Amino acid sequence: MIPEIGHFALILAFCLSIILATVPAWGAWRGNSVAMALAPSLSVGILVFVTISFGCLATAFLQDDFSVALVASHSNTLLPAIYKFSAVWGNHEGSLVLWALILAMWTAAVALFSPQLPLLVLSRVLSVMGVIAVGFLSFSLITSNPFARLLPGAPADGNDLNPLLQDPGLIIHPPLLYMGYVGFSVAFAFAIAALLGGRLDASWARWSRPWTNIAWAFLTLGIMLGSWWAYYELGWGGWWFWDPVENASFMPWLAGTALIHSLAATEKRGLFKSWTVLLAIFAFSLSLLGTFLVRSGVLTSVHAFATDPDRGLFILVFLGLVVGGSLTLYAVRAPAVSSRVSFAWVSRESLLLFNNVVFLVATLTVLFGTLFPLIVDALGMGKVSVGPPYFNAVFVPLMALLVPGMVLGPVSRWKRDNAARWRGELLIPTAVAVLCGITFPLVHAPYNVWVALAVLLSSWLLVGLAKDFWGRLRSGSNTAAGLRRLTPGYCGMVIAHLGFAACVIGVVATSQYSIEHDLKMEPGDSRELAGYTFRFLDVGQVRGPNFIADEARFEVMQNGVQVALLNPQKRRYLASGSVMTEAAIDDGMFRDLFVAMGEPVGDNGAWAIRLHYKPMVRWMWLGAIMMAVGAFTATLDKRYRRERQTADERIGAAAHGV
Amino acid sequence: MSASGLQHMGSRLKLFLPLFLFVVLATILFRGLSLDPSEMPSALIDRPLPQFSLPALGADRMLSSEDVSGEVALLNVWATWCISCRVEHPYLRQLADAGVPIFGLNYKDSDAAALRWLEELGNPYRLNIADREGTLGVDLGVYGAPETYLLDADGVVRYRHVGVVDENVWRTVLEPLYIELTRAENTP
Repeated sequence: MIPEIGHFALILAFCLSIILATVPAWGAWRGNSVAMALAPSLSVGILVFVTISFGCLATAFLQDDFSVALVASHSNTLLPAIYKFSAVWGNHEGSLVLWALILAMWTAAVALFSPQLPLLVLSRVLSVMGVIAVGFLSFSLITSNPFARLLPGAPADGNDLNPLLQDPGLIIHPPLLYMGYVGFSVAFAFAIAALLGGRLDASWARWSRPWTNIAWAFLTLGIMLGSWWAYYELGWGGWWFWDPVENASFMPWLAGTALIHSLAATEKRGLFKSWTVLLAIFAFSLSLLGTFLVRSGVLTSVHAFATDPDRGLFILVFLGLVVGGSLTLYAVRAPAVSSRVSFAWVSRESLLLFNNVVFLVATLTVLFGTLFPLIVDALGMGKVSVGPPYFNAVFVPLMALLVPGMVLGPVSRWKRDNAARWRGELLIPTAVAVLCGITFPLVHAPYNVWVALAVLLSSWLLVGLAKDFWGRLRSGSNTAAGLRRLTPGYCGMVIAHLGFAACVIGVVATSQYSIEHDLKMEPGDSRELAGYTFRFLDVGQVRGPNFIADEARFEVMQNGVQVALLNPQKRRYLASGSVMTEAAIDDGMFRDLFVAMGEPVGDNGAWAIRLHYKPMVRWMWLGAIMMAVGAFTATLDKRYRRERQTADERIGAAAHGV
Repeated sequence: MSASGLQHMGSRLKLFLPLFLFVVLATILFRGLSLDPSEMPSALIDRPLPQFSLPALGADRMLSSEDVSGEVALLNVWATWCISCRVEHPYLRQLADAGVPIFGLNYKDSDAAALRWLEELGNPYRLNIADREGTLGVDLGVYGAPETYLLDADGVVRYRHVGVVDENVWRTVLEPLYIELTRAENTP
């Protein structure tokens, strides 16, 4: 009964989303305020029914209702309850329901937290989000019904959740990622509403900015968790594979990064309007494209969902309607004549433009690399794959190019700056950075040119930000006054940019200084690695809730002192019979020690063992967290709330005038 | 048309560029849908089964590739932990009753559970290779259970089917090949 209620609620949500997609949009077109005023309550209604549907699906999983096909193939009675819950989105059908739920949350959030937004704009925005909801709910209902039953003949027990997904990181990774993906739909909806209304101005950019920031922050956290999960769960110590599924989440992130920066120029200076609209469309289109790539089976990936060409066709048609439609609208409605606002080449505008160009090139690089195998195959030239060498070769220099702009950006002035002042601002940071770049890696022998460059770039950024921060503190009558004058927007920028510096250091140090050994070890053996002694004590059997494991015990000593006791496991999951490697990691700010078990070798208790020494690997994820915190901080800016009202009055007046 | 009008039209046309690029991309994606990246024909097609020496399930002897050659037959990869295997099991019994020789490769399984399964659900297999560690599975390139290989009389792999064998798969894919191979064998 419960699954049927869930199915029914999903159908009701679908019906409401059809109304939301049409009626308020019609009202906005005809000037019918009653039709427009329906939008917020419809949005909340969709949220209520999708939540009911999601709740029913979760109940089916938690109650082991194996008559539901999805539960039978992705859960098991032995599965711990928390994983039964996360199994809801550990599969294609359920993850679509999560998609729909998060879309409904964003839609309802826009409806509820935008009381100052003119009704005309609000109804258009919500209608656009309604169109997206129609697409995803019909996708779920028509091609991927999560509530399909296995009747008669429900199995006594389920097939189990893929053991790779039985992990704390994977409980929250998909929801965070979807919050980001789907969150870009808000920026998209605002852009479409602005095109429909024919008004692309600063107030539009101001309304979009906080939503875009929040979506971007969630996406950052989601990608970070995915990378962290790959690091400790896949068992070979890698943290980024340039896999199509990873790229699918990374491309919207890159486009979104360009978008937040170009929104700044649009809001402050009324510049790059058409460009910003295009980026908003682009970021969300890439989210949809990611969904297509992951679920259609056009590309192979290490973590593809069950793929199906029919589903692919459905998403492709939907993608065509949404992206094709919005780009047509863009071509017809975007202001063709460049704005009268001008700026000098030496100005903050040109730095933001530079940022945009770099991020756009980076996005297209990743897009091209991801689709290249498909293009080659489509042209009938065989099956190839583009590996990490391509991505690293193109991507790393692009990211390095960003840093000079990031050092100058905060100290530069809008409209017109002068090069002499820039040189003055750059002098100290550059001197310090070069000094650090030359000396720091000397401490950490052997000397490595890449690490030297990374240290140079990040210390450049760090000193530049610190100098600017200090200058602003001192600009008030006293430090406290200066501190109060710092806006959340500025603080957010500082935190996020410092996060980027931490990422650069982490990525480069880990890639350059990591040491890994694959060895055959017997109990009693010990090995040296980067000044640590790993001693293999013994292997025992342990039993988990739904697996049995061989667990090795390793003692790690440094200078005769025990620093860690590591217990890697080789697990065999009972329901599926799959064997998983559970690495043991001793984490630290400056180094991770990583032990993973391979296969048993021979009869005398020897195992293939993989030992890793990974310096600074945490800095990468810490940096990503800082970027997300920065983006959240920036949305706290009072400006968004205060100026929204004045803009509201202006737009309201304009709407009445028409 | 005035010069400024022309210029205006030019910049308007420029705005159609993203749409144009998207249409190109969508065409490629559409083409991609009809291609299957996972369609990697088994490297073993038209090659003999890899050498192996594995215990027989429920019998105290070792099996090798000679034990599964001699006539055209199916080699079915199965396991008790595999739900789809349970789905295809009744159809395999029908095929066995109709006289099709089927060998089993019991993949990464425990002997006790596998024997209990055969006792409960019936045994369509001539004999079963107990591949407890999955070594033969690795040599065959097994993606997952169930998979079914069509072997000719010399023990050469002729076809590989990934997934459940049911009435439809048998009638449209496997049976025509099976009949053809049997004929070739009988008319040397």
